[in-house]
Amino acid sequence: MGDKILFVQGNEACVEGALYAGLNFFAGYPITPSTEIAELLAIRLPERGGKFIQMEDEIASMCAIIGASLTGLKSMTATSGPGFSLKQEAIGYAVMTEVPCVVVNVQRGGPSTGLPTKVSQGDVMQARWGTHGDHSIVALTASTHQDLFRMTVEAFNISETYRTPVILLLDEVIGHMREKLILPEAGEIPLVERLWTSVKEGTNYHPYLPREDGRLPMSDFGGIHRYNVTGLIHDMWGFPSDKPEIAYGLMRHLMDKIEDRVQEMTYLKEFYLDDAETVLISYGSAARSALHLVENRRARGERLGLLELQTLWPFPADAVRERCQQAEFVVVVEMNMGQIMQEVKRTLDEKDKVFLANRIDGTFISPSDIRNILRLIQGKGV
Amino acid sequence: MAVSVKDYLRERFMPHIWCPGCGHGIIMNNLIRAVISLGIRKNDIVMVTGIGCSSRISGYMDFHTLHTIHGRALAFATGVKLSRPELTTIVPMGDGDALAIGGNHFIHAARRNVDMTAIVMNNNVYGMTGGQFSPLSGYGAMATTAPYGNICKAFDIVELAKGAGASFVARTTTYHVTSMKEILEKAITHKGFSVVEVLTQCPTYFGRKNRMGDAVDMLNYFKERTVPIGSEKKEKDPSLIERGIFVQEERAEYCTEYEKVVGKAQGGR
Repeated sequence: MGDKILFVQGNEACVEGALYAGLNFFAGYPITPSTEIAELLAIRLPERGGKFIQMEDEIASMCAIIGASLTGLKSMTATSGPGFSLKQEAIGYAVMTEVPCVVVNVQRGGPSTGLPTKVSQGDVMQARWGTHGDHSIVALTASTHQDLFRMTVEAFNISETYRTPVILLLDEVIGHMREKLILPEAGEIPLVERLWTSVKEGTNYHPYLPREDGRLPMSDFGGIHRYNVTGLIHDMWGFPSDKPEIAYGLMRHLMDKIEDRVQEMTYLKEFYLDDAETVLISYGSAARSALHLVENRRARGERLGLLELQTLWPFPADAVRERCQQAEFVVVVEMNMGQIMQEVKRTLDEKDKVFLANRIDGTFISPSDIRNILRLIQGKGV
Repeated sequence: MAVSVKDYLRERFMPHIWCPGCGHGIIMNNLIRAVISLGIRKNDIVMVTGIGCSSRISGYMDFHTLHTIHGRALAFATGVKLSRPELTTIVPMGDGDALAIGGNHFIHAARRNVDMTAIVMNNNVYGMTGGQFSPLSGYGAMATTAPYGNICKAFDIVELAKGAGASFVARTTTYHVTSMKEILEKAITHKGFSVVEVLTQCPTYFGRKNRMGDAVDMLNYFKERTVPIGSEKKEKDPSLIERGIFVQEERAEYCTEYEKVVGKAQGGR
């Protein structure tokens, strides 16, 4: 760890992580509670010769980072619920055209304008299925600023490795809460740089011919290879095609390049799981309350454990199944109506042992909220 | 001429999707001729398009080509241009693409004055979806979604671009091919956001629905119903449409201004 210690908001930790990862293009639009990310990057990016632009709307911001990424720049945008909805079509375009980019969503209460200054984790399923069509997606989250820094770097790494948009799914509490952040030294967290093609000028370059490892070497717009990028189903040249075999191949590739690598993309943290009778599963800021409760109860001899997910999509089903095998109760702690709880139920054979401890009223879920629900589940009464 | 238009086409993409008589090919031809006479290397050109008949133009041309989503071509192009200001950025769009779904991006690109060339291939109709009215169809026009006649007036693209602050604004037609090439050259060379409206015929939908005859009749319509800017004919008949260069002025260009921001940020404030 480095010796530079900051006391910052989560949104600032995200900015630090993005700059560490090599961010050099940001386009955004003001929206609570993510605006600080844009404000900070408006200062920081020009300092290092990077590009910052405030666009006319959320859609344009998403489109601009895709254009920038095609020229070879590591690109990001940041938003919250309503903006995330607006960006969905362009996120789907980035999925289809395999353009690396990072989309930060600092979640607030919804639907619609909802609770702009209050916390929620209601966009978990939108991150997965928000854009039309079948595809896979990567979404990461974090519960501490140190982890948030790290997961921001990993978002860029996964995005550049597999040429895919990566959603960084934060929440209002993480975004605005202040806590310590120790800036890692350069080189402490490995960075993935884009895989550029080695095909020489004048030789055929196939921009959409994946290697066996699922990666596609890129060539920058403005570089020596001229090629076509389209949101239509396309062949290895990037030319539109409606041939069934081309469509099938591309659809499978977009799905498999992520779903075949769930383990590689899984980030999670385990607390007291070895002998846990009750396993809490949580993520983002809710996991802070879950951990607090677990530690509190452990001190009283209760066998409670926490599985904190940092990768939400692709859902780490095997990891969850393994950690929950011995548990009597599995309680998903989240600030929505059970979006990850449903996924956990889908994953486990014994669905009856899965419960939800949630808040959906814009109030941060507290350890005592979770404890009260836990007592009900365990039949102890409130 | 040592280089031919064919050298700029991707024959692998052919046959194109445009109907017989469509004016879009005339625009593509002139665009290539303009690029050839300006001597810009193919590797230095990025063409960004949205969705629609017109937007397929990017696929047919041998540049760095980005065929994006409906209405957003200028937003994608802004990302490309700000990242690589040295690249020539050309953004052909349809009238619905540029001014209905993409209207917000259009006015803001003009206001921002990013150095790129927006070409509005205005055929007054949504062709790809089969002949619905566009914001350029105009009052009384017949369309599949205006079976009793369109009840609202059209945008004036030139006035809109001027009002939004575009630093180069021109209008031409697919009939006036020589001046189209010259205007496109000037627009591409212009340092700032340039808008070229090209009136182009859609005999399949707009022409047929509005009893304008075939492609040749529609070209003749452009010949007879348009006049050079400041023509005496226009004074006598105000319904005539002016063509030519309406605005051509030097204004602070966005990418250049952004470099100054970088200078300030790095030099301390």
